[in-house]
Amino acid sequence: MTKTKISIDGLNLWFSDNHVLKDVSFAIPANAVTAIMGPSGCGKSTLLRTINRMNDLIPSARVTGDIQIDGESIFAGTTDVIDLRKRVGMVFQKPNPFPKSVIENVAFGPRIHRMGNHSEIRQRVERALRHANLWDEVKGRLHDNAFSLSGGQQQRLCTARALSVEPEIILLDEPASALDPHSTAKLEELIRQLKQDYTVVIVTHNMQQAARVSDWCAFLMLGELVEFGRTDRIFTNPRDKRTEDFLSGRFG
Amino acid sequence: MTTVLEDKIAGLKQQLFTMAGTVEEMIADSVKALVNKDPALAAQVTGPDEDRVNRLEIENEDAAINLVALYQPEASNLRAVVMIIKINNDLERLGDHAVNIAQAAQYLMGRPAVKPLVDIPKMADYAIGMLKDSLDAFTRNDAELARSVCGRDNIVDDLNDTVKQDLAKLMSTDAATIDRALKLMMVSLNLERIADLATNVAEDVIYIATGEVIKHHCKEEPQNPDH
Repeated sequence: MTKTKISIDGLNLWFSDNHVLKDVSFAIPANAVTAIMGPSGCGKSTLLRTINRMNDLIPSARVTGDIQIDGESIFAGTTDVIDLRKRVGMVFQKPNPFPKSVIENVAFGPRIHRMGNHSEIRQRVERALRHANLWDEVKGRLHDNAFSLSGGQQQRLCTARALSVEPEIILLDEPASALDPHSTAKLEELIRQLKQDYTVVIVTHNMQQAARVSDWCAFLMLGELVEFGRTDRIFTNPRDKRTEDFLSGRFG
Repeated sequence: MTTVLEDKIAGLKQQLFTMAGTVEEMIADSVKALVNKDPALAAQVTGPDEDRVNRLEIENEDAAINLVALYQPEASNLRAVVMIIKINNDLERLGDHAVNIAQAAQYLMGRPAVKPLVDIPKMADYAIGMLKDSLDAFTRNDAELARSVCGRDNIVDDLNDTVKQDLAKLMSTDAATIDRALKLMMVSLNLERIADLATNVAEDVIYIATGEVIKHHCKEEPQNPDH
């Protein structure tokens, strides 16, 4: 049996009067890569950003329904949003390192969460950089400015930054869309490795990428969940005509 | 660095080799069952062996389709996946031919022999040799070995003609042998088809290895450098 990490239940989301997510329900399995795909504007990034309550930052956003992580609602009054975002790390479309050194970028999270003394934090940084397949490339330039790294390296640095606070879930929002094919291949390899220790949710409109990296796939259209299932099944034998049309390039 | 796709293709090839091993054994066993009048061996071919090959065919086909759907193979990887699908299909057909031979053996073993079995075991040796070499060529991506298989198909065709003529003569002189002679003719025909399918596999291997299509021309070209 697959263990559920994130359970999305009758989720609706509005930005003012705009009904963006419509009664979305599905269960995201632990230690697997789940891809959310769909045409532009279907609500996939909004859905992703709901999982660590990033949409709270938008005043007009209103949510009904529930999202539970390990059976506990992320909307409960007792939920500490800072703590939630420590458990649910995120990497964005464009690499967005802090204008600081490589080491400072990764040490930032552990430091503000007071996760150990100087040498412990240093160990944490190394572990996170190794985990993000970046250590060998940057170990000699830890004090260089993060912007001196290539785009692909910056994106893996942002992944290391997310990993440094030991989250349980990693959300990736189009993480490879600004990368060249070689850097994309490296990032995809990293994504496949990450699922051993984390639950990974990736938003992509590149369906080949979803096919290559994910174990499970959710297909969203106009804010509705059309289909959810194992990636190989969705890509070889989709049940819904709309999924078939999207995968065959008839729209989207 | 091998890619995920290349690892998956290697895994799929491995599964195909396992299936090929079973099919090779089935063909050898079906002829052995005929020659030695061995009911247990014939039953092994028509029962568990056939079930296994049928199951493997479906599993391999599913895995190959998933590969195409999820990884969009290109160039040599694409050729490899498409040929794996074709060879998988050929192997299943080869298994069916072995089953046909084993069923003929089951019919014949309780009845008096119409003639000594000389050419049929010879055909079987050639056909199995061709299949072995085409599968070895597949394992090693060896186009030269595959080419040598193509040239041998004529030998099996000639033996099949000889067997057919012998049996036709027999049936015209003694009508009581017709049922058994027809069964033997069927065995011979199945062995001839086995050699054909081995040739198909060899042609596919040449395509995987070189991208060259030699289908339908394979027999026309001198295959042996000594020729």
